[in-house]
Amino acid sequence: MTGKLDLDPVLVARARELARRAGQPVVDLARSHTTVSVERAVLRLAGVSGADPDGIPWVNRLVDAVVADVGLGHGVAVPVFDALAREGITDVTLLAQKAAAGSVRFALPTGRAATAARSAARRAVGAGIRRIDRRRAERDRLIKRHGDPKQRPWIYLIVATGDIYEDIPQAQAAARAGADVIAVIRSTGQSLLDYVPEGATREGFAGTYATQENFRLMRAALDESSKELGRYVRLTNYASGLCMPEMATLAGLERLDMMLNDSMYGILFRDINPVRTFVDQRFSRQVHARAGIIINTGEDNYLTTADAVDEAHTVTVSQLLNEFFAHEAGLADWQLGLGHAFEINPEVPESFRLELAHALLARELFPDAPLKWMPPTKHMTGDVFRGNLLDGFFNLAGALTGQGILLVGMMTEAVVTPWLSDRDIALQNVRYVLGAAGGLHEDFVPAPGGFIRRRANQVLGEALDLLERIGEQTLLTAIAQGTFGIMKRPADRGKGLSGVAAHDGDYYNPATEILEGPAA
Amino acid sequence: MSAVETSATGAEKKIVRPYGDTTGDGMVQVSFTLPVAHDKRAEGAAVQLANKMGIDPAMVVHAKPMGDGFTFFVVYGRVNHLVDVDAVQVVERDFALLSAKEVNTVVKQRLRRKLSVVGACIGTDAHTVGIDAILNVKGIAGEKGLEYYRELKVTNLGAQVSVPELVEAARVEKADAVLVSQVVTQRDAHLHNTREMSAAFREAMPAGRRPLLIVGGPRFDESMTDELGVDRIFGRGTTPGEVASYLVHALITQRKANA
Repeated sequence: MTGKLDLDPVLVARARELARRAGQPVVDLARSHTTVSVERAVLRLAGVSGADPDGIPWVNRLVDAVVADVGLGHGVAVPVFDALAREGITDVTLLAQKAAAGSVRFALPTGRAATAARSAARRAVGAGIRRIDRRRAERDRLIKRHGDPKQRPWIYLIVATGDIYEDIPQAQAAARAGADVIAVIRSTGQSLLDYVPEGATREGFAGTYATQENFRLMRAALDESSKELGRYVRLTNYASGLCMPEMATLAGLERLDMMLNDSMYGILFRDINPVRTFVDQRFSRQVHARAGIIINTGEDNYLTTADAVDEAHTVTVSQLLNEFFAHEAGLADWQLGLGHAFEINPEVPESFRLELAHALLARELFPDAPLKWMPPTKHMTGDVFRGNLLDGFFNLAGALTGQGILLVGMMTEAVVTPWLSDRDIALQNVRYVLGAAGGLHEDFVPAPGGFIRRRANQVLGEALDLLERIGEQTLLTAIAQGTFGIMKRPADRGKGLSGVAAHDGDYYNPATEILEGPAA
Repeated sequence: MSAVETSATGAEKKIVRPYGDTTGDGMVQVSFTLPVAHDKRAEGAAVQLANKMGIDPAMVVHAKPMGDGFTFFVVYGRVNHLVDVDAVQVVERDFALLSAKEVNTVVKQRLRRKLSVVGACIGTDAHTVGIDAILNVKGIAGEKGLEYYRELKVTNLGAQVSVPELVEAARVEKADAVLVSQVVTQRDAHLHNTREMSAAFREAMPAGRRPLLIVGGPRFDESMTDELGVDRIFGRGTTPGEVASYLVHALITQRKANA
């Protein structure tokens, strides 16, 4: 379905070129820096697991110990595997424990010792990446066996009780009621923790902690549901915040299927340092690419802070940037769940036609991406009856414009966390719309020269203007000056900056080397 | 003025009941879920609950099974309770709740500069959940945090900030208000920390130059302001909008009114 809006292919190509120009310096920066979380992800791939009695993961203890002795800029792989050889042990977690106790010193080996440490590190990390490859093959097998959802868009539902053992029956009930994708919302503030908590967790703030064990438990439960329902039920979590690379790695190891992963969300909304974010993001996207995970980007967030009509073009610009960064990291179009949302004030005249114009613009610009369509939140008032109607129009817009992933809107948005009945009513709403009009996108072609076509082209034009303005500076300066949203985020400020280092000449990261090499 | 309004304000109906389509019919509509599988008995259980709520007669107009062992009901019926409007008591907030736009407008027009806010978690508390919910743009429960307000200049120092660091940051940022969050506490550490903080500000700055001191967290008693030496305490469930509205009230509207 292309050509419904009569977009000028020259302008579209120009927009992509400008996004590349804005994004390339950021990629160069990401290629020449590392972070504590990237290095911890490398160690997780090499087999370091578990946490100390205070709950601090061994990967944190080990990276901290290496940094204290030789700094971060060489990468931790060589110092760690050099120490392992000197200590005459093979278990990296044991080395982490010794390092935490202060009984191991780290150094930068030279000559044959350095070569040996490199190849040992590459072997260990390679084994971790092969585990991710096996999980991907396993997903492919399960999808073949159970099948994909019969309809598009896929129906995406959120659970979040704080207790993984409460989440599991809720997720299974949601799958039975029609959900194709389950997202477990994280505990408030987890994105600002500079470590990944360990083990199964039973309490969180407005969400459940993302841990490797929680991932494993939920994936196993949804495998049961997939078998029972005869369709593969996907699982989503969040690769955002300070531990993006580790979250992506754990998701790959535990066969999660989708991950929230935006290029600028953490910078703008969480005040995480821009350099930290871009370095972490590139690594996490390389892992997602390898693991066959679909990323979901966060453009909907712009529209919750800014006006959805005036700032519609910032969504387009962000989608283009996310696309550039994703392709550069090796993600294919089918893995790009680019985000957008139904957030125009319903009191605005022709609001639904404006929504259709924006949604169709995204569809036409990214024909092969499974766009993620987000429901109204900003104009949900507590009037649940009106909210249910608005959600119905949201669902209809999704069907009319061929969206790929539909996050189910709740009429009790902004009132309570969804009740069992709220979720049931919301799914009934989706089923009605998809049942009654699921194929309507085939017939829906806006009139030439009409309102929808004019509006879509106007938004594309505004996006180009903004990209031109960014191109005159750089993306980092644009972010520092508050071009996106109203937040000014300079590159030398924000959380997590102390965990960033420029590569030294001998920097070595076996994971990046393998992920950037030819696929196995 | 219409006859109806006159009777509403003049004659003062003091006792009222819900209105369906006839004055005094007492009709209400409720919906709820019971953790029982859907059958005749489940519908009877819904009627029993409605009766206990004062709805009699109760009509179950919709019953639908949901998942395993749950049924959703919509019930219409006549409620036998009366409401005495005169006996209604409400606790009035002592400041007006403003929208983000209104906050920005008041600050811009009446303060004529950005209002500076410095926030932190003090002591050993590493839980920035509370301060981040109030300050981060992300906000909480669909409400944006104070960073979102154009006319507020927010400095979030994060977790485990020492009191001297906080006082110094307040001085550098020329803070109009200091927000301190205490989430996790043992042996009343949140009270000790707060007293230490307010004492340090009293010592470091003369009365007229001190920023407004605000603490928040789930374990505080909102009436302890004098005892802790702070201007305001916010408890569980406080939203950024309430804090912003209070800032405008305490620093601009009320101050001008008193002057």
